Amino acid sequence: MSKFTFLKSSVALGSLLLPLAWSGTAWAQDAINLRMTIWSANEAHLAMFNEIAAGFKQTHPNVTVTFEPLPFDSYTTTLTTQIAGGNAPDLAWVLETTAADFVNSGALAPLTDAFSATEGYDIADVSAQATALWTKDGQLYAYPFSTSPFAIFVNNDVVKAAGAKTPAEMIAAGDWTWNNAFATAAAVGQSGKTGLVVRDFKYQTWQNLASIWNGWGAAPWSEDGKTCTFTAQPMVDAMTAIHKAIFTDKALPGPGEDIDFFAGETGLTITQISRASLLPKENAFDWDLVPLPAGPAGEYSVVGQAGVGVFAASPNAAAATEFLAYMTNKENSQKLAQFFPPARTSLLNSTTLAATNPLLSAEQIENVVIKGISTGKVLPGHTNFAQIQQTTRAGLDALWVADADVPAVLQSVCDSISPLIAR
Amino acid sequence: MTTATSPRKRPFWTIERRDAVAGYTFIAPQLLGTIIFVLVPLGLVFWYSLHEWNVLANSFNFVGDANYQQLLRDPSLPQVLWASAIFSGGLVILNMSLALLLAVLLDQKLRGIVVFRTLFFSPVVVSLVAWTIVWSFLLQNNGGINGFLQMFGITGPNWLRNPNTAMASVIVVQVFKNVGLNMILFLAALQGVPKELYEAARVDGASPWKQFRRITVPMISPTILLTSIITIVGSLQVFAQIAVLTQGGPGISTTVLVYYLYQQAFQFHFFGYGSTLSILLFLIVAVLTFAQWQLRKRIVFYEN
Repeated sequence: MSKFTFLKSSVALGSLLLPLAWSGTAWAQDAINLRMTIWSANEAHLAMFNEIAAGFKQTHPNVTVTFEPLPFDSYTTTLTTQIAGGNAPDLAWVLETTAADFVNSGALAPLTDAFSATEGYDIADVSAQATALWTKDGQLYAYPFSTSPFAIFVNNDVVKAAGAKTPAEMIAAGDWTWNNAFATAAAVGQSGKTGLVVRDFKYQTWQNLASIWNGWGAAPWSEDGKTCTFTAQPMVDAMTAIHKAIFTDKALPGPGEDIDFFAGETGLTITQISRASLLPKENAFDWDLVPLPAGPAGEYSVVGQAGVGVFAASPNAAAATEFLAYMTNKENSQKLAQFFPPARTSLLNSTTLAATNPLLSAEQIENVVIKGISTGKVLPGHTNFAQIQQTTRAGLDALWVADADVPAVLQSVCDSISPLIAR
Repeated sequence: MTTATSPRKRPFWTIERRDAVAGYTFIAPQLLGTIIFVLVPLGLVFWYSLHEWNVLANSFNFVGDANYQQLLRDPSLPQVLWASAIFSGGLVILNMSLALLLAVLLDQKLRGIVVFRTLFFSPVVVSLVAWTIVWSFLLQNNGGINGFLQMFGITGPNWLRNPNTAMASVIVVQVFKNVGLNMILFLAALQGVPKELYEAARVDGASPWKQFRRITVPMISPTILLTSIITIVGSLQVFAQIAVLTQGGPGISTTVLVYYLYQQAFQFHFFGYGSTLSILLFLIVAVLTFAQWQLRKRIVFYEN
């Protein structure tokens, strides 16, 4: 190639590429690509989110929203690693346990003003109890799109085969208490099947035991999060009852035994109502859904929450906030309600929820879902939760042996987490 | 190289320069890879270890040696280092002796011996996580191993939940996974030992044990050094097995240094302190490797 031809072809190539590059940047300036990390890879969920995103595109043709499912077990770890690597998403789901970390750190953009300014949003409709965890100084930092009560699924076939009373019978007789629930579970457990499974607990995710110990009025730490209350009497009593149920009565499977209620060999399981989708369609068993039993401290309910927030550092934070307002408006909240129990009081009625939860009876929706959401306490969370969770988990390992000294173990848990929660 | 250059001037492209360019071009890919993926991250990790990095609050503040001070005061660290030492020590001893034993047993001219060699080597090519997950099912309280023991009326321990058996279980799972690799290396070394040495020893009346001690071990000592370095360095980097089998529990009895580092940096988001821990790990590996390399002069045969 002679020098001249080289020069000529370079100029030609440049004259082709330069305008293209310019038009490219012009196009890129207008187009906004939003990315939301989520922990569900369920196709029905994704289809619904994509439908909502498509609806938003009609009024905002330059905005494209993509949903990126991350594995649930390592969700927060993956998310923070993305942020650390300079590849933060624009929006993200946040777990209730890490809510304090995200809300207090300043990572999320405030939403209240933007939502109030959105026409027809009606922010007053969103229950204050549901937003409490996600609010700081009167500003909402993440919208609680899912407020899912913990309840008990029952396999009546297994319970009856063990000759035990079913929860429905106990509810009818007015003695649906933890004492009696443990007794039924023990009868099933001693018959060779599994009594009661606290789903996802696995002797690691101890915060799920709040679905039991809240019945004793127990909590891991004080309301302000500064004082460890594992050693307080309600917690000692609750843990003693749980320990006895596991190791003496065989009401719960022991550590290292992984059992799935929905396989059909278990009497009872504590989990969130959204798990109804796991009920087997073939070889179905006679199942029931009942509220958590009353504990010594009376009736109670527990909810798990998931929020969705906008990262303040995102260059498209404004557009992302706008999309979030659209995604959680009244109309779309109703769509979301088919999978995620809503925080809007106007949707918390049996007509709306029955239409979106066809598996549940009107009675179940009234007693379990609506009552659970309106009175439920959220699972315990804390700033720096991951470290506190691990430290507590390590301490509680000593509790999960047959001859454990419950008060002594709980004292050692407080000894190790007190410096962490006081920070 | 046109006529324009004056005859007196030395040409720019001397032979030395050409050779140098060729040489640098040949090593460039490897060098670039080492710089980008090893040296730069190493430097960055050291830089991070001098900072407090709060990912969520988007703050990155210089804190000097604060993270190193924390290293000295960390109440969990002695236990973590002890767990690492137990794991590495147990693994190296078990792995090397089993590998050598298997290699000696398989160093025979028997029909079908290749089948056994393949069998013992096959775990090495199995995916680490798949291997570990299968073992986690076997080691469960109601899992395969205890079910097997039950047939003989023995109630097995809760392998992964009992502080006394959890570490042993993790070590054994790792030994079975990787023993084949060391076995093959030993086997190759054994087959390189000249047969006439054994013949001469037999003529002199040396017992099989004496032949092993005085001929086999010295002759394969370079391989023993190599496998011990590989095994120790590998044992200090164990992660997936811990993450799948015990998550560092019960308590923190199986929390080895790499898993602790992962928890601090990626679970608790203390990237600065996590980086400090990885500097510590780097130093430990470097010192151990250096010490072994020095030892070779005293124990390895055929080296000058």
